[in-house]
Amino acid sequence: MPRGFPARSSLFNLLPYGKIMWILDQLVYALDMRAGFVLASFGLASLAVAVAAEGAQAAPRVSEFTLKNGLHVLVIPDHRAPVVTQMVWYKIGAADEPPGSSGIAHFLEHLMFKGTDLIPNGEFSKTVARNGGEDNAFTNHDVTAYFQRVAKDRLPKVMEMEADRMANLRLSKEDVDTERKVILEERRTRVDNDPGSILQEQMMAALYTNHPYGIPIIGWDHEIRALDREDAFSFYRRFYAPNNAILVIAGDVEPEDVRKLAEDKFGKLPPKDGLNSRIRPEEPAHSTPVKVTLEDPRAGRTTVQRYYLAPSYASALPGEAEALDLLMRVAAAGSISKIYKKMVVEDQKAANAGGWYSDSGLDSGRLGFYAIAAKNVSAKDLEEAIDNVVEDLRQNGVTQEELDRARASYIAEFVYTSDSQSRMARHYGWRLATGMTVADVEAWPDRLKRVTVDDIRAAARKYLVDNNSVTGYLLPIPKKTSLDGQKRVNTTVKGRS
Amino acid sequence: MAWRVRFPRSLFWHGAGLVAAALIVSAAPAAEVIDVKIEQVTSPGGIEAWLVESHDNPLIAMRFAFRGGAAQDPHGKEGLAYFVSGMLDEGAGPLGSIAFQEREQALAMRMEFNASRDVMLGNLQTLAANQDEVFDLLRLALTEPRFDEDAVERVRAQILAGLKFDENDPAAVASRAWDRLAFHDHPYGRPIKGTKNSVAAISPDDLRDYTRRVFARDKLEIAVVGDIDAEQLGKLLDKVFGDLPAQSELAPVADASPPMGPSREVIEMDVPQSVAQFGHRGIARKDDDFMAAYMLNYIVGGGGFASRLMEEVREKRGLAYSVQSNLYPYQHGSVFVGNVATKNEAVGRSLQVIESELKRVAEQGPTAEELDAAKNYLTGAYALRFDSSANIANQLLWIQIEDLGIDYVTRRNELIEAVTLDDIKRVAKRLIEADRLITTIVGKPAPAKGREVRG
Repeated sequence: MPRGFPARSSLFNLLPYGKIMWILDQLVYALDMRAGFVLASFGLASLAVAVAAEGAQAAPRVSEFTLKNGLHVLVIPDHRAPVVTQMVWYKIGAADEPPGSSGIAHFLEHLMFKGTDLIPNGEFSKTVARNGGEDNAFTNHDVTAYFQRVAKDRLPKVMEMEADRMANLRLSKEDVDTERKVILEERRTRVDNDPGSILQEQMMAALYTNHPYGIPIIGWDHEIRALDREDAFSFYRRFYAPNNAILVIAGDVEPEDVRKLAEDKFGKLPPKDGLNSRIRPEEPAHSTPVKVTLEDPRAGRTTVQRYYLAPSYASALPGEAEALDLLMRVAAAGSISKIYKKMVVEDQKAANAGGWYSDSGLDSGRLGFYAIAAKNVSAKDLEEAIDNVVEDLRQNGVTQEELDRARASYIAEFVYTSDSQSRMARHYGWRLATGMTVADVEAWPDRLKRVTVDDIRAAARKYLVDNNSVTGYLLPIPKKTSLDGQKRVNTTVKGRS
Repeated sequence: MAWRVRFPRSLFWHGAGLVAAALIVSAAPAAEVIDVKIEQVTSPGGIEAWLVESHDNPLIAMRFAFRGGAAQDPHGKEGLAYFVSGMLDEGAGPLGSIAFQEREQALAMRMEFNASRDVMLGNLQTLAANQDEVFDLLRLALTEPRFDEDAVERVRAQILAGLKFDENDPAAVASRAWDRLAFHDHPYGRPIKGTKNSVAAISPDDLRDYTRRVFARDKLEIAVVGDIDAEQLGKLLDKVFGDLPAQSELAPVADASPPMGPSREVIEMDVPQSVAQFGHRGIARKDDDFMAAYMLNYIVGGGGFASRLMEEVREKRGLAYSVQSNLYPYQHGSVFVGNVATKNEAVGRSLQVIESELKRVAEQGPTAEELDAAKNYLTGAYALRFDSSANIANQLLWIQIEDLGIDYVTRRNELIEAVTLDDIKRVAKRLIEADRLITTIVGKPAPAKGREVRG
């Protein structure tokens, strides 16, 4: 009866019935990694925003300071309930892994819950729970974050615990061996059991041929199997340091108290050298569109997806990410989006259709469209229909009315975000960990307001480029065939017809 | 709109609200107090709601529920409530579906409906400045849904596509099979999302009939938090709900016979990892032992990394990424149910470990340390459920649905503190019967080969 089961992160878990699938792709590629908590590499798109919408004065005052050892601290007071969210964001993620060690960032994230001199093995989360708190963590290509939610008087305790495991992790070989099995099970749940996830993994690998965003956050199966205690420690020793982290405290606190507490708990940890280069291999210019096809008896319904390389907020020229953000909201978010109206309502080629903008990467972002075939519609027809929607965006962009409506609603979302201290912590933490400043975050609604329909059409023309695209076909095949029990993934690199 | 139907978890997950008083977080050396006051509002037209005024943010969060969820689906029309929940923003009154949704977007509002077993849940959030127009749109959705044929067919196609994906999702298949095995022909044994055939059979008239029967003032519970006062709210309540019929016409739902095994069903699916669901009858919300059972479940499998199942299955043996149990006190039958996912070769081993742990806890009960840890967590973490307007509204709504009284919040942690080791040991014996589990397994589980060597 109750599903209760931690959702498989796949596209297709969310697809069924959803009109709102704005964040679904990100869900696949940003995994939690610890306990069934899935966190998307949300960007502004899904987390909504910082700073008040017009006429709605909701912005809390955000304070920031930096300790002598380089720990960047952000305080977001919210005194409505006597509870606190603590997050520690490490500016390190799966895209920073040594070649051949895919999955180590995530593996280490699991192992961070094992123990230290202070915390006996396996007691981290139990200690938080005994203090009436909840904790978890997640890993992404660019960031790794740990968090707790506690009553405010327990903040010193959980802060001490985070500071402690920033420097004093203890791991036995047995811990690592057991956890590797857990992670392989996690990979089975998230990817191997789910054709939609398998295809998306392949599409990402095709979209990023040289940049490590093409490597799954959880790691390739064969490389996970080879990860060991030394891999974990060497990643930990190199990258876990106060000057590579951001501490975000949201809730019933005052900045001055947090400063004293942070100095007391984190202040004595030494900074590390050699952290500042996050230079990853760059993606070359792509010279051809790519198509990836997965035939699988478990595929459910014929589905077509299209990814385009695009800049993220961190990598875009001024104003471009904002234009892409609004473009995709009008074009593909929800059931009044252009793609939904065209493919689902008017032409009835798709049971569902939508898209997203993955905007939060340090080096690159992505645009995506998808459609689930209506009965008796082929993948080829579906792709053609997506092509038509894309071509219309390139030619005509969006109307002023569409822009105004989408923008008003988008900016207003800040008020909803600001209603939740944990969402605020996540929102600011993510942006700061990927290179934005508090001022950037807070000026964001104003930057959105400056976007024009011309900007949007220009962005569509610049980034909806065939050669920078990957198209994925997910094709159900009948169970009783020679292919029964197999899955065929077929990547072709050639021009689309 | 939240398009996936979610089950209501037990009240304790939805938590509970605060009554004109303070919440004591007893785990804390210095007790924390949440200063939230619940006001019982009665509109001029006699509609009742619980209100927490909060002017910190310029928004209003409202949660409401009509008793009578998917359990009201007629035979052969399974999935009707779920279908309705997907149709309420597809056009109402003078507005067709696109006009309706464009209006929603222009108002920056959030409106969603979820069909659960026993209730149809509604969720509305709006900027305070737009309240009049937003509540008017909600009124239209509830009282004049159009169910236009094209919109009905569109949503039907989406539900059918969803069912198609579910067919290949081992967790969904395991869950569906478990319900059937546990509840047979009782409404709880039938799928909330329906089946291919039942969804195909649902007509616009069926949708209309459901809203007419279920959307009525006598079975309505409402909780509101935010930037609005009692007088304003009273007017809005009359406006939104005043035109609904005074009396619902619910079909009677019998109490289910308590599901007990032993029974096991294996459903072959070509996946590398098997998903299993296990459980049996739970304990009713009104039962005096419910709180002890709830705490027991926390200790056994509800407490994440603090739970025994996680410790034994994941932390010690690396057999799964996730394993958990839950206690779901539905109105006409409660269940204690859990799930686990393990590679095919080892799923038998996972289930052995789970069964033996359940057996052990039934025989010996939890330890005093476990009971203390459970009390510390459950009382301490209660405050975390009050950290946003939407969350508080949710707590208040579930207190009403489960009929616990407006003072429940002040009593809740005391009820937990009052549970003794003897109580919880007795309840462990009463609740858990490890040799009578109903188990469904989806995947390609390897044949049992006796005990596997650990490692």
